[in-house]
Amino acid sequence: MLELVIVSTLNGVLYGMLLFLMASGLTLIFSMMGVLNFAHASFYMLGAFFGFQLSHWLGFWPAFVIAPLAAGGIGALVERYGLRVVHRHGHVAELLFTFGLTFVVQELVQMVWGKLPVDYRVPPSLDFTAFTVFSTNYPAYKMFELATAIAIFLALLTALTRTRIGLIIQAALTHPNMVAMLGHNVPRIFMLVFGVGTGLAAVAGVIAGPALVTQSDMAALLGPILFVVVVVGGLGSLAGAFIASLLIGLVQTFAVASNASLAGLLGPIMPGAPAVVADLWNVTVAQVAPVMPYLLLVLILILRPVGLLGTRDT
Amino acid sequence: MAAVVASQGRHGRRTVWRLGVWIVAAILFAVLPSVFRSGAALTTMSLMGIMIVFALSYNMLLGQTGMLSFGHAVYYGLGGFLAVHAMNLVIGDKLPAPAIVVPLVGAVAGLLAGIVFGSVSTRRGGTAFAMISLGIGELVASSALILRSFFGGEEGITTNRAKLLRLFDWNFGPQIQVYYLIAGWCLVCMMAMYALSRTPFGRMCNAVRDNPERAEFIGYNAGAVRFIAFCLAGGFAGIAGGLAAINFEIMNSVAVGAAQSGSVLLMTYIGGTGSFVGPVLGAMLITFLQVMLSDATDAWQLYFGLLFIAMVVFAPAGIAGILMKHAPLWRARVLHRVVPAYLLAAVPCLLGLAGVSLIIEMTYRLTVKANEGSAFRFLYQPVDAKSAVPWIVGLLFVAGGFWLFRRARPRVADALDEALAVARRKGWA
Repeated sequence: MLELVIVSTLNGVLYGMLLFLMASGLTLIFSMMGVLNFAHASFYMLGAFFGFQLSHWLGFWPAFVIAPLAAGGIGALVERYGLRVVHRHGHVAELLFTFGLTFVVQELVQMVWGKLPVDYRVPPSLDFTAFTVFSTNYPAYKMFELATAIAIFLALLTALTRTRIGLIIQAALTHPNMVAMLGHNVPRIFMLVFGVGTGLAAVAGVIAGPALVTQSDMAALLGPILFVVVVVGGLGSLAGAFIASLLIGLVQTFAVASNASLAGLLGPIMPGAPAVVADLWNVTVAQVAPVMPYLLLVLILILRPVGLLGTRDT
Repeated sequence: MAAVVASQGRHGRRTVWRLGVWIVAAILFAVLPSVFRSGAALTTMSLMGIMIVFALSYNMLLGQTGMLSFGHAVYYGLGGFLAVHAMNLVIGDKLPAPAIVVPLVGAVAGLLAGIVFGSVSTRRGGTAFAMISLGIGELVASSALILRSFFGGEEGITTNRAKLLRLFDWNFGPQIQVYYLIAGWCLVCMMAMYALSRTPFGRMCNAVRDNPERAEFIGYNAGAVRFIAFCLAGGFAGIAGGLAAINFEIMNSVAVGAAQSGSVLLMTYIGGTGSFVGPVLGAMLITFLQVMLSDATDAWQLYFGLLFIAMVVFAPAGIAGILMKHAPLWRARVLHRVVPAYLLAAVPCLLGLAGVSLIIEMTYRLTVKANEGSAFRFLYQPVDAKSAVPWIVGLLFVAGGFWLFRRARPRVADALDEALAVARRKGWA
C-alpha cells in the first residue's frame, strides 16, 4: 500500500508538472490577450513529433533543444500572421481561429507521420533505473522529466518576477496601453509570450512523448484536460493553474491505480445491485479516471464559479 | 397619415413575403426527391434536413445569444439515444406510437439535459461558458464509454424503425418516407425557431449577446435569458438527434463526442451566424462537401479546417454575411458591376487552391498512402509525387496565386465600394 502511495504520488506530481508546463503558457496567453488558445495542446503534439523526428536525425539532446524552439517559432508566427489579423473580429473569432488550427495541425501531423503511434523512445543515456521503491523500479527518464519541468517552472517564476522583461510582461498583462505609452512594443511582447507559451507546451511534448504514446490524437486527448486545469485554477491565475495541475495530476494517477467500485464498497451491506444502476455499480475507480477531471470541473463551477484562485469574472 | 398607411402597406407586403418564403420552402422540400432521384441523393438530403435543425439550434446559442458552445452534440446525442431506447421500448411492448412522434422524445431528452447542464454552465457567458461547455461535452462523451447499458459501448444501440406502428400506409421503412418525415420536422422546427427569434424573448437574447450589462439594467437577468435559450437550443438539438435515430437506426457514443460538436460549430459558422438562413446554408454545404469530399480525397478534414480558418480570417460573417452584403446591390440592380472584378480575383484564388491541394495530395501519396505508389491523377492529369516537377508547379501556383490575389484585392474592394455607393444613392442600404 505504501509502495502504491509513493509511486502514485511521484507519477501524479510528474503528470501535474507536465500539465503545468502547458497550463502556464496557456494562462499567460489568456491573461494577456483574453483569448484561450484552443490549439495549445496542438503545440504540445507538434513538440512531441518534432522531438521524435529530430531525435531520429540528430539524437535526443539536440532535439530536446531545437524542437521546442521550432514549435515556439511556429507559435510566434501564428500569433503574428493569424491571431493579430483576426483580433479585429473579436474574441470569438480568435477562439475559433485557434479551434480551426487544432483541426489543421492534427490533419497535417497525420499527413506527415500517419495515424499510427510513432516509435519515439527514451534515449539510451536515460534508459536506466533511478531507484527502487520496495519492488517498483522507478525509471530515470521520469526523474528527468520531473527535473526538467521543475527547472523550467523555477526559471519561469524567476524570469517573471525578477527580470526587467518579466516586469514589463506583468505590466502589459493589466495595463497594455500604459506600457505602450512608455515606449514598449506591446504587440511584440504579445508575440513573444505566445511564442514562449507554445514553446513551453512543446517542451512538455518533447519530454512526455517517449513516456506516453506519440500519436496524432494526443492533442485531442490532452486539450480538454488542459482547459479543465485552467478553469479549475481560475482563468488567468498562474498560481491557481499550478495547484489545479497538481490536483488533477494526483487525482488521475491515484484513480488509475485504484480498482475500488461501488459494488466492492457496498457489497457487504447491499448484495446484488439494482439492475438500473448495474453499470455504475460495477465500474471501478480506474475506469472512471478519464471522467474525473470533468467531474471536478463541474463541482468547482457549482461551488466556486471563478475557479480556485480566480478573481476575475469573464 | 400617408406615411403610416405606406408603412402598413410595406409591413403587410413583408408578412406576405415571409409567408411566401415558407410556402416555397415547403414546395421545395416536397419536390426535391423527384428532381434528385438517386438513392445517394436521398440519403444526403435526409442528412441535410437533420443537420439544418441541428445547426439552427446551435445558432440559437452562438448567433442569437452569443454563447460559444463546444459541447452541443451532448443534447443531439442524448436526444438520439433516448429516441432509440424509446423506439425499442415501443417495439418491445407493441405500444401504439408511429415513427413520426419519436423526435418528440428526443426533444424532451434534449430539453431535460439542457436544464440539468445549463443550470451549471450558463451563469457566465463568454470564454468561461465556452470552456464549461467543452468540459461538460467531454464529461458526457467519456461517461458514454463507461455506461455501457445505456450508450451501448463502442457498437452503439440499434433499432428498427419499420417495426413501429404503421401510419396509414407508411411504415417509414423506405428512405423516401424517412425523407418526408425529416423534411416535415425540419420545416416545423425551422418555422418554430424563426418565430422564436422574433419574439420579445428572442430580442432579449440578442440584447444579452450584445451587452449583458445593459440588459441587466433594463431589468432582465442575463443568466436566466442564457439559461432559457440554452434549454430551448438543447430541445431542438434533441429533435435533430431523434431524427438521426430514425434515419440511421443506430446511435453510438460518437454522436455525443467532440467531433460532432465541432462539426456543428463548423457548419453554423461557415454558413454565417448573423442571419437565420446562414446555418441552413452551412448545414447544406458542409453535409454536401462531407459526402462528396470524403469520396474524393482522404485529406477532406484538412480542407475543412483550412476552409474554416479562411472563413474566420476573411469572412467572419459567413456565407450568409457575404450574400447579405450583396443584397443592396441586387436590389439596386448594380450587381453586374462587381462581376468583372470578382472574375479577376477568382483566377488567382483557383490557382492558389489548385496549388495547395496539389501539394496536400502529393504529400499524402508519399506518406499515408505510400503503399499505393506515388503516381495518381490530379484534375485529370497524371502526376508522380516522386518527381520534382509537380512540386515546383504546385509551389509556383501557390506563390503566383497569392501574388496575383494581392494585386486583385484592391480592385475588388474598389468595385464593391463603387457599386455600394450607387446602391446607396438609389435608396437601398
